[in-house]
Formats: sequence, C-alpha cells, structure tokens
Amino acid sequence: MTVLAVAEHRRGELRDVSYELAAAGADLADATDSELHLAVVGGDVESFGEALVREGVDAVHTVDHGEEFNHDVSVQAVERLADELDVDYLLLPHTVNGLDYAPAVAERLGLPVVTDAVEMAVDGTLEVTREMYGSKVETTIEVESERAAVTLRPAEWPQAPRGGDAPVEPFDVTIDESAVRSTVTGFEEVGGGDVDISEADVLVSVGRGIGEEDNLDVVRDLAEALDATVSASRPVVDSGWLPKNRQVGQSGKVVTPDVYIAIGISGAVQHVAGMKGADTILAINTDPNAPIFDIADYGIVDDLFEVVPALTEEFGG
Amino acid sequence: MKILVTVTDVAVVDDEFEIEGLDVDERYLTYELNEWDDYAVEEAVQIAEDGENVEVVTVTVGPERSEEAIRKALAKGADRAVRVWDDAIAERDLLDAETKASLLAAVAREEEPDLILSGVQSGDDSFAATGVTLAEKLGTEWAAVVNQLALDTDAGVASVHRELEGGVEELTDVELPAVLTIQTGINEPRYASLRGIRQAQNKPLDVRTLGDLGLDESALETPLRWTATDEPETEGEATVFEGGVDETAGELAAVLREAGVGQ
Repeated sequence: MTVLAVAEHRRGELRDVSYELAAAGADLADATDSELHLAVVGGDVESFGEALVREGVDAVHTVDHGEEFNHDVSVQAVERLADELDVDYLLLPHTVNGLDYAPAVAERLGLPVVTDAVEMAVDGTLEVTREMYGSKVETTIEVESERAAVTLRPAEWPQAPRGGDAPVEPFDVTIDESAVRSTVTGFEEVGGGDVDISEADVLVSVGRGIGEEDNLDVVRDLAEALDATVSASRPVVDSGWLPKNRQVGQSGKVVTPDVYIAIGISGAVQHVAGMKGADTILAINTDPNAPIFDIADYGIVDDLFEVVPALTEEFGG
Repeated sequence: MKILVTVTDVAVVDDEFEIEGLDVDERYLTYELNEWDDYAVEEAVQIAEDGENVEVVTVTVGPERSEEAIRKALAKGADRAVRVWDDAIAERDLLDAETKASLLAAVAREEEPDLILSGVQSGDDSFAATGVTLAEKLGTEWAAVVNQLALDTDAGVASVHRELEGGVEELTDVELPAVLTIQTGINEPRYASLRGIRQAQNKPLDVRTLGDLGLDESALETPLRWTATDEPETEGEATVFEGGVDETAGELAAVLREAGVGQ
C-alpha cells in the first residue's frame, strides 16, 4: 500500500506543515504496512526535495512547474502522481491553500475526503478524529473504504526529523495549460500600520464577547491602566471595530508577549495558533467550557463587564 | 446574470451541554444562519444592487427547520430560494462534503448560475470542502477563502484576494463561471429590514426531493461513518479564581503584579 503526502510552500519556503505531514504519513504508513511517498509541486523543487528527505520517507517526488502554488496545477500533478503510485491514502494540509485543492483532487480521484483531522488511528479501517462545534466536541469518522484523502490540521503532529535516504525523483508530468483557468497575479501584505502587536510585552485582547463597538472602551481603559497594547480576535476585526493590524491568530499576527489577557475570547483553534506562545495567559469568559481555558494559566468565569472594570480599578484606572 | 448562494443553518451549542448518542442533545442546540453564508449572501446582494438584471438564488440542503435561516437570507435581499430535502437525507447521521456537493450540483445544473458563492465552511461541522467539491463536480473554476472580490463579467473573470495565513493575501484571477468560498470580513452583512422581512414571506421557496432533482439514494452513498462523539478532555491546568468580582479581580491583579505588569 502507498501513502502520499503533499508538501506546501509559499514564496520560496517550505511551510512547517510539510514536515508534520511527513510525520503523520510515517505513522500511517507504519500502521498500514505501506510505503510513504512525499511530493512537492512547484517552487525551488531541488532544495525542497532535499529538505523533504525525512525519517520514515521512502521516496520524494518533485514536480517542477511554476514558482507559486496554483490550484489547477496542483490538482493535475497530484492526480497524476496518485494514479502513477496507486495511492491508498492521500494526506494534504488543512491550510488555506490545502482547502483550495484538496477537495478537488479527492473528487477527481474518487476518494472520500475527511478534513481538518487532529488524529488518525488504524484499527482495521482508518479512523479520523476531528472537532465540531468550534472545538466543543471531538468526533470520530470511520472510513469504510480502502482509500481516502485526509487533510491534517497544522501544528497537531510533530515535524518529522531529517534523516533516512529517500531518493528525490523528478516526476515528469505534462500540465494541460488549457485546464489552468486561474492565475496568481501577486501577494499583498495586510495588517501593517501604526502598531506592531507582535512587539508588545503585554496584550489586552478582546473577542466576540465584547458585543458591540461602543463597549471597547472597557478594554481600552484596562490597557491604559496596565500600559498594555490592545489586540483582538477575528470577529472584532471582521466587524470593523479594530483594524486588521490588531488581529491575533492564524490569518493575523502570531504574538509571544509576556502576558496575554484574553477577554471575551472563546479560543478557537485559529486564534490559539496565534497566541499560544505567550508566557502567561489570562482568560476572562462567561463560558466555563470555552477552549481558551485549556490554554490559559489563570482564568475567571464571569461577566467581562464586571471583571474588567474591577481589574482596571485595581491598577488605579 | 444569476448568482447562486449556498446557505445552511448551523447548530450552535450552549455553554453547558450533554452528548446524546452521536450528537449534542437537541435541547442544547440553537440554529442560526451560518456566519460565513451571511457574508456570501451579502456579497451577492451587493453585486445585484450594483448591477442590472442580477438574480440572487439561495440553495440549501436542510430540513424544514432551515427555512428560518433561508427567510433571513431572502429578507436581506436574495430573490428566491431552493431547499433540498428528502426522508432519505433525514435518515443520515453525517452529511459529508461530497454528498452535500452532489445535491447542490444537481440544483446548480438546473439553475445554470454565472457565479456561485459559498461560505468557507459551516460553523458546526467545519468541513470547509463543499464549495471546491461542488466546483469540481460542475467542472468550473473556483477560489477558496476569498476576502475581496471584483467581477469583470464582460471579460468573464473574477479577481479575488484569498486570505492566506499570517497576514498575507494572494491575488488571483479565475475564469467564470466559478465557485468562490467566502471568508468572513469580506463585507459588512446588513441587518434585515422590517420591509425585507415582510417581503421575504412572499418570495418563492421551492422544496425539492431527490426524485425532483433526478437523483436517487445512490447520491447519498459514502464510505464515511460518524461513529463517536466525545467531549475533549481538558488539557489545560488553568487556575480558575472563584468568588465575587472584587475577589477574583484582586487575584488576577496579583498575578499581573507578580509578572511585573502595571508597576
């Protein structure tokens, strides 16, 4: 049997999830007595190919086509490679670009697709663990077929260490350019501006629980009393109450302050990805089951409109 | 021009809940219009308002319950709605992305839209795969996680920004027709006006069964089984302060002072 995991790169660099896919793939290959193949499509395939020689990998395939990710190219290349290798399990990243081609390539190969896996186990069949309801429950999806595509949530698996002696082989595939009907024309950095929240020592961070824009003063007062910087989770920025440069999380900034105070933030996985590196995490939330308490060091389960002003007062605000 | 918007209602779980069988007990669930779809509807309605002869049609796979969310989309400006449901669908525990896409594709083939907008994901099961699967089934282009959209219908091109990780956006042109999965924040969804809510009651909402769409139960076949649901074990070891606000705020203040904050 064969497991194929496809690496991800952007603007000249392999992304960490590539090595996580290698580690997850090695476990799955062990459990199913399979070979593990890795692939990378586009970019600096020579150096990417070498970097993907990791423990547990049997072969690395490189497709030299274009500099950046293009979903039409990736779909064609992965489809052809999966056919060629007679792949049983196809592992792809549950990233923004993964979401942009994994469902299409699975559909084309006739594979069932399970997305956003946080764990995989093999007990006769493949069992995939994934979360539902904003991480409130974990569900098991059993794949009752011999073959499947699975997208893996980033940062859930360790990175496979360098090692082994997998050959790096160019895979020659002719891309049908007439079927490439999308063009990546550039990239744009967003979230610049007056404040760099990733430089702050203390962040007072506000989430959906603040309810409305006018209530933000409660948080600003605390930040002022603590000489801290205000940041936010996605819903506050989506609503236009704070600018994009204040957003902490997967699509915003990754921050590592000494102290992070999460106010009215439930702690969705995309948010946690941006702040779990903080030294000390404090959380104030009315929901005792909010995932933010899984990562917080200290917490108060109470109404932020009571707690935050009281806290501000403690510091003479 | 015709825009098809996929709309679903999603279950939101109460703070405190119990699991009954495979799912959260119905007593702890409330249903609402999926947040991502709210943005997709808004985007379609804005295109309709800016253009001429643009029809916005919503399509939903869902039971009668979902008509509340559908009426909300109609109240915000969609012109009419199609809801797909069938006893055979109701019997299924899991509606995976591929199955949903098959049902939506059957409607799309009848409607022949120029553009399909879909939320990036639904807030409950979060597969985030339905829109792109739908595009592949229809043989159209697509773009996932779109947070900016400019249409050039004469040239037949949608110029989009895709929101990548880490504050980077990818600028991409895709050929129309296309399925775009819409990210939150792309616009500011309106509130339905009273007039809109009244009008929505009279807008067409067609219910279609598998048979109506020329499908049979084989369209629902999948090798995926939903076999277990658990509450994740708390990994954290948070010290949770209890008591009145004066007390708890005092404790938190002590932690902050200990860390050298606000000195």
